[in-house]
Amino acid sequence: MEFRYLPMTERDKQEMLDTIGIKHTDELFADIPEKVRFKGELDIKPPANEFSLMKELTQMADKNVNTKSHTSFLGAGVYDHYIPSIVDHVISRSEFYTAYTPYQPEISQGELQAIFEFQTMICELTAMDVANSSMYDGGTALAEAVNLSAGTTKKKKVIVSKTVHPESRAVIQAYANGPGVEIVEIGHKDGLTDLEALEAEIDEDTAGVVIQYPNFFGQIEPLDKVKEILAEQKKAMMIVSSNPLALGYLTPPGEFGADIVVGDAQVFGIPAQFGGPHCGYFATSKKLMRKVPGRLVGQTTDEEGRRGFVLTLQAREQHIRRDKATSNICSNQALNALASSVAMSSLGKQGLKKMSWINIQKTAYMKQALKNQNIQVPFDGAFYNELVVKLDTDIQSANRRLLEKGIIGGYDLGQDYAELEGHMLIAVTEIRTKEEMDNFVKELGDIHG
Amino acid sequence: MANQDFPLIFELSQESRTGFSLPEMDVPEVELPMDDVYVRKEAADLPEVSELQIMRHYTALSKRNHGVDSGFYPLGSCTMKYNPKMNEDVARLTGFSHIHPHQPEESVQGAMGLLYDLQTTLASITGMHTVTLQPAAGAHGEWTGLMMIRAFHEENGDYNRTKVIVPDSAHGTNPASATVAGFEAVTVKSDEHGLVDLEDLKRVVGDDTAALMLTNPNTLGLFEEHILEMAEIIHEAGGKLYYDGANLNAILGYARPGDMGFDVVHLNLHKTFTGPHGGGGPGSGPVGVTEEMVPYLPKPLLAKKGDKFVFDYECPKSIGRVKPYYGNFGINVRAYTYIRTMGAEGLKKVSEYAVLNANYMMRRLQEEYELPFTQHCKHEFVISGKRQKKLGVRTLDIAKRLLDFGYHPPTIYFPLNVEEALMVEPTETESKETLDAFIEAMLQISNEAKEDPEIVQEAPHTTIVKRMDETTAARKPVLRYIKEG
Repeated sequence: MEFRYLPMTERDKQEMLDTIGIKHTDELFADIPEKVRFKGELDIKPPANEFSLMKELTQMADKNVNTKSHTSFLGAGVYDHYIPSIVDHVISRSEFYTAYTPYQPEISQGELQAIFEFQTMICELTAMDVANSSMYDGGTALAEAVNLSAGTTKKKKVIVSKTVHPESRAVIQAYANGPGVEIVEIGHKDGLTDLEALEAEIDEDTAGVVIQYPNFFGQIEPLDKVKEILAEQKKAMMIVSSNPLALGYLTPPGEFGADIVVGDAQVFGIPAQFGGPHCGYFATSKKLMRKVPGRLVGQTTDEEGRRGFVLTLQAREQHIRRDKATSNICSNQALNALASSVAMSSLGKQGLKKMSWINIQKTAYMKQALKNQNIQVPFDGAFYNELVVKLDTDIQSANRRLLEKGIIGGYDLGQDYAELEGHMLIAVTEIRTKEEMDNFVKELGDIHG
Repeated sequence: MANQDFPLIFELSQESRTGFSLPEMDVPEVELPMDDVYVRKEAADLPEVSELQIMRHYTALSKRNHGVDSGFYPLGSCTMKYNPKMNEDVARLTGFSHIHPHQPEESVQGAMGLLYDLQTTLASITGMHTVTLQPAAGAHGEWTGLMMIRAFHEENGDYNRTKVIVPDSAHGTNPASATVAGFEAVTVKSDEHGLVDLEDLKRVVGDDTAALMLTNPNTLGLFEEHILEMAEIIHEAGGKLYYDGANLNAILGYARPGDMGFDVVHLNLHKTFTGPHGGGGPGSGPVGVTEEMVPYLPKPLLAKKGDKFVFDYECPKSIGRVKPYYGNFGINVRAYTYIRTMGAEGLKKVSEYAVLNANYMMRRLQEEYELPFTQHCKHEFVISGKRQKKLGVRTLDIAKRLLDFGYHPPTIYFPLNVEEALMVEPTETESKETLDAFIEAMLQISNEAKEDPEIVQEAPHTTIVKRMDETTAARKPVLRYIKEG
């Protein structure tokens, strides 16, 4: 069998063996103890040629209902937005995607500058001073933020609103078990964080408070009021998880005095791809600059005075500080940060505002259309991208019926919130047309009865 | 910006330009129930540029970057092998790229089937019982594995196992992951052969040992021959053995961590299994475990029931969720495509040639460069720039001089237990011609160090920028662009 990725020829092999002074490559593996040498057969399908494998995998892909074959109203943290063609053309430049982390600045200026630009864009969106070069995703970024707040304040309790994405909350809990941070969850009132509960829970042991803005239900949390409550405990940090597209229209968390803002840039140029890879971002105030997890790119000059960029403040990182590092993160999501940068550059200052506005307006249209169809929309506050509806039927069977009509229905809230049994979270983005929404409302009305 | 500076995209911006074509606003605009406090007053200052300007900008940036497709990239420990183009096409198939993680399971059986097949395949390759594909990267996998080990000990009422042993040659992520998982990292020394010192291991191990983290072959590219003795020492003390899969590329089909006595294993699909490094990520760091450790795997588990694939959330002893959704699916698709291209036969050749290439280079370079450990290596080797340093040429200078030849330099100053270390990993996808050319460059540099050291000390000479002022970058950090005036 020939392998197109392996250039070794018999002649080369012989010359190399001669240079080494051995007869067979097996001699190079002689240090593996006899007892652990593998003699069986690996349980792997036989090698496949390119054409046949492509055919097989295409058939496998075609088995999946997707957001191009169907009209999707499913969001819950992962959104179906328009991705300009240019994004994939840029990230397909193999100088970007086949490169390692830019540790050699002289031959990595392209990547370093692209990250520097990404950091700047995230700072602009969030109104924060510092942003890193990316995290795995919004959920793990949030979990790192929680541990950072505990580590910095030397306090052990972090309060998390139940209006934060349920999977992010689960990740926060798993991460908190490492350093032993106590996570206290507080409930919601009409889809917004219960501020009275927050006020009652916050105390001098509190390291931070985690709020999602807009929250998991699409509701706009009153960050100004959260900050007022936090004022009583000056050391406690305000940690905000934000959909960065929403910040095109909403007042950025930085203006409300957030200490850490995280989220996922998937909304900018990254397809859903079954949940990953996406692109976490991590932004902080200046005073936390030397505690930020992951890589940071800084501007400097070369020996001849030319502007250039380098990885900097590396004394925070695992490869320098080892067990004293602020995080263990090494690989991040650099290529996806590049995709998001391209999408954000495409939008520009006005485009971002406009896209954000279209998202809200289309959601508003959907809300009214649902109400006209006599479908209850229980939370009546300001919203972004998402709406909660109450159906008198089981959500999973409703989604099965919608799927038959060519529609990917919303998220079943009953699986995470007992009190929201029979509630569906519906997402609307700029790419949903009036016609698609009308059709969805009609189908949902038929199911609702 | 000085005249000679390459512009930032913000410096190309001009008001009212756009590179985007937004879908139509086909609904009537209404007044929103939004308090003015939450309405942004000043727009985020994103660049306003046309589509061609964006494309030219990033094309120019890409030319200021070196990837595997640009040239040889023998960066030790990183396995910079060729990233097959087919993998990229498969990951972009609509049925893989445009599926939502919360779709009903019956609508994504193709994706779930692929993941199931991948996790079964990786279990076979590593000799482990079950594999989870959720961790997003190697370090994430390390932390996941250590949290499982912690859960295991706590389940046994063993709360005093607070220490994780790591060799002095370990990757920085190992001790960092130990800390993040709530352990204290303790170091075990290497012996004169570059292997873990068994006597020192016996000294540091105890009833407070939670685990030993080991890369095998280790970061010197040497196989830990005494692995069975080490496993016995750790297991007898009640600890667990953790395998850092960064160097799995050396032993595919030759040996399996499961057979060496490892309890928990992570893999780097972006190293061994051709996921592109992407300029730093995304990666994928699956974790495999023995049967005993299965109950602690992160939620959910992907299982097969009859002919259907399901996500199982009923795992009461699980360490919980380590990542939203199900891992970096797109990277897993690429790795799966690669494994199916190679099969068992191809993967074994991968390791055979990776190891042959490394040994060939090592033997040719050892005449001019100090070789601290002289036995056969595996997929990578470490030489030292000690002799050159005596001539006033540091390893950093050698690395920078290699840039002039169009190469990405090897990993330098790592592992920490070798002075002036240069860690070279050629990978199996490089031809002998490439290896020979690189060797010639290294020999020439060694010669320059003797005859014309300045040319090395002042390198690089041909790159678009010269050495950077990293001290000022760290002392006075400028981490974002600020518009002048």
